[in-house]
Amino acid sequence: MHGPDIQWYVVLSALLFATGALGVMLRRNPLIILLSVEIMLNSANLLLIAMSRLHGGEDGQIFAISVMAVAAAEVVVGLGLIVAMGRRNVELDVDKLRTLRG
Amino acid sequence: MANFLVWVVWFVAAFACLASALAVVSFSNPFYSALALIGNLASLAVLYLLLSGEFVAAGQVLVYGGAVMVMFLFVIAYLGDRQGESPWSGGPSWQVVGAILAGGAILAEVCVVVGLKAGGLLSKPQHVGRSFGSPEALGRAFLTDHLLAFEVTSIVLLVAAVGGVVLGSHARQESDARA
Repeated sequence: MHGPDIQWYVVLSALLFATGALGVMLRRNPLIILLSVEIMLNSANLLLIAMSRLHGGEDGQIFAISVMAVAAAEVVVGLGLIVAMGRRNVELDVDKLRTLRG
Repeated sequence: MANFLVWVVWFVAAFACLASALAVVSFSNPFYSALALIGNLASLAVLYLLLSGEFVAAGQVLVYGGAVMVMFLFVIAYLGDRQGESPWSGGPSWQVVGAILAGGAILAEVCVVVGLKAGGLLSKPQHVGRSFGSPEALGRAFLTDHLLAFEVTSIVLLVAAVGGVVLGSHARQESDARA
């Protein structure tokens, strides 16, 4: 295998995951939180594909494609919720959605 | 020489990947964040190609860079300029400190585990043939070993489509009733 070994990909994936997690924890705009969740899902995908390459089997790539499909579904529902919030003129701020708080 | 070129491509793609991820998190305008995420997805597709995942790289560009991001940009354009948020959200400063500590802890854990436990195991990838990661090989694996995952994925997508329609139509009824 030319180029970097698998541990480089693992470290890159960890960096990406930490970046996405920071985005989810620090931002309050639901759109940017969704985008950060996409970064976290993609870091998991990178790890799956790197491990698939390490072990020489295609199963990891199959998982990565399934993750992509689930991510598309998650985006549809999340954006549907955000559009519903926008139509009801709720401010786009996850800290201010406290109707369900007990 | 080929090895050197692969390293160069890897570093460029990894740098673009991390820089665009940081840009997604730190832009205050969600439109710019979505554009930066497109760069992130494209550079990840390059990394997938280096890992001989040709079909996954193509699917990444088509599904993520195409369909999902168009949906994001459409919703951001639909909602318009109503997000007056500071780039790093307000709230108590201990929240920011805690979040950065938690992110750093995730990172440190992974690096320690990789460095101490798995370093030797990760440096000897299997030799793979030319057809590894090709659409034919993936399709064969999907329709034989992973048929259940394939079918479950179709149901997940159907449920998500129905959910999107229900969320959209519910909001329309409410706005009609108010008008």
